Amino acid sequence: MNKHAIKNLVWIALLILAAGMICFGCLETFAREEWRLVLDKAINICFECIGLG
Amino acid sequence: MKKWRSLLSRLKERPLRQAIRRKALQMAAFGFTNADLGNFARGVINKGPWKKFCAPGMNCYSCPAARFACPIGALQAVGGSMNFRFSFYVVGFLLAVGVLIGRLVCGFLCPFGLLQELLHKIPTKKFHLWKPLRYVKYVFLAVMVFLLPVMATDFLGMGDPWYCRLICPVGTLEGGIPLLAANESLQRLAGPLFWWKIFLLAVTVVFSVLICRFFCKVGCPLGAFYGLLNRFSAYHLEVDDDKCIRCGRCERECPMEIDPTKTPNSPECIRCGHCRAICPAEAICFRFGYGGKGNKIKKEP
Repeated sequence: MNKHAIKNLVWIALLILAAGMICFGCLETFAREEWRLVLDKAINICFECIGLG
Repeated sequence: MKKWRSLLSRLKERPLRQAIRRKALQMAAFGFTNADLGNFARGVINKGPWKKFCAPGMNCYSCPAARFACPIGALQAVGGSMNFRFSFYVVGFLLAVGVLIGRLVCGFLCPFGLLQELLHKIPTKKFHLWKPLRYVKYVFLAVMVFLLPVMATDFLGMGDPWYCRLICPVGTLEGGIPLLAANESLQRLAGPLFWWKIFLLAVTVVFSVLICRFFCKVGCPLGAFYGLLNRFSAYHLEVDDDKCIRCGRCERECPMEIDPTKTPNSPECIRCGHCRAICPAEAICFRFGYGGKGNKIKKEP
């Protein structure tokens, strides 16, 4: 297998892993729904970020 | 008239055309990421549903105009929460972006990257970065973004966003200064931590004038993450060693101070395309996906 074929396989595998991680982190099925935490943090002023916390 | 003719003829030059195109894309990305400009006057932040999504570049979610969440802030928020120690959602998103385009985000989509480039245009003597400082951003990524929010927790099991709190100049510039300017109640809360962050912002601004992309090279944990994926990203740089004449121009003019012919997919490369634009032999190209010629200069014995 040449170098290019290996690199193609690596980035496809990483992409599938990334998609899997996003699904695992977000879908209700897995009871994580991390997006709610991100949204909750992002819609309130982050006092630590602005130097007040 | 002569001035216009000279400008028009310069526009035919590849490096200038490429630079103009890239600036236009950077400004469009800046505008898209920070769309709610009216919030600066109101002194409030955007509370829209798009904030559940992360922007690919460094953009504080406490910036009044920010439409999306900051990925570094989001990583620390989830890692420092009571229920989770690791964010699959945010890491998965960053992995997907990094694997597809690597640090192209830094070169084209990051608002703070654009700001640094504009600062660097201020005419002063310019300097090169002391190379070991490049590793500082990996320490920030590993320790302050991933480890400390998980390990340094309070009695409830919650951790703080240590990088945002102690280091990040993006939050100070985009969030701290506009929000304090518009809200008297917040001004009363400014203490030593705020002045420490203002100091860090001032250092970042001054050094960005002197050293191209200083924060990207030294302090950006997001750039560090994407940089680790540069070697595998589908969008990558290739050098045709049959065409390369080893003039060294790409190395001399690279804003990130790397040699594209020796390390074509260096973790420091922001895929700005300047090397491709100035190469007299047209030996450098960017490709999406692997296969075909794809050569690299062999190291001389």
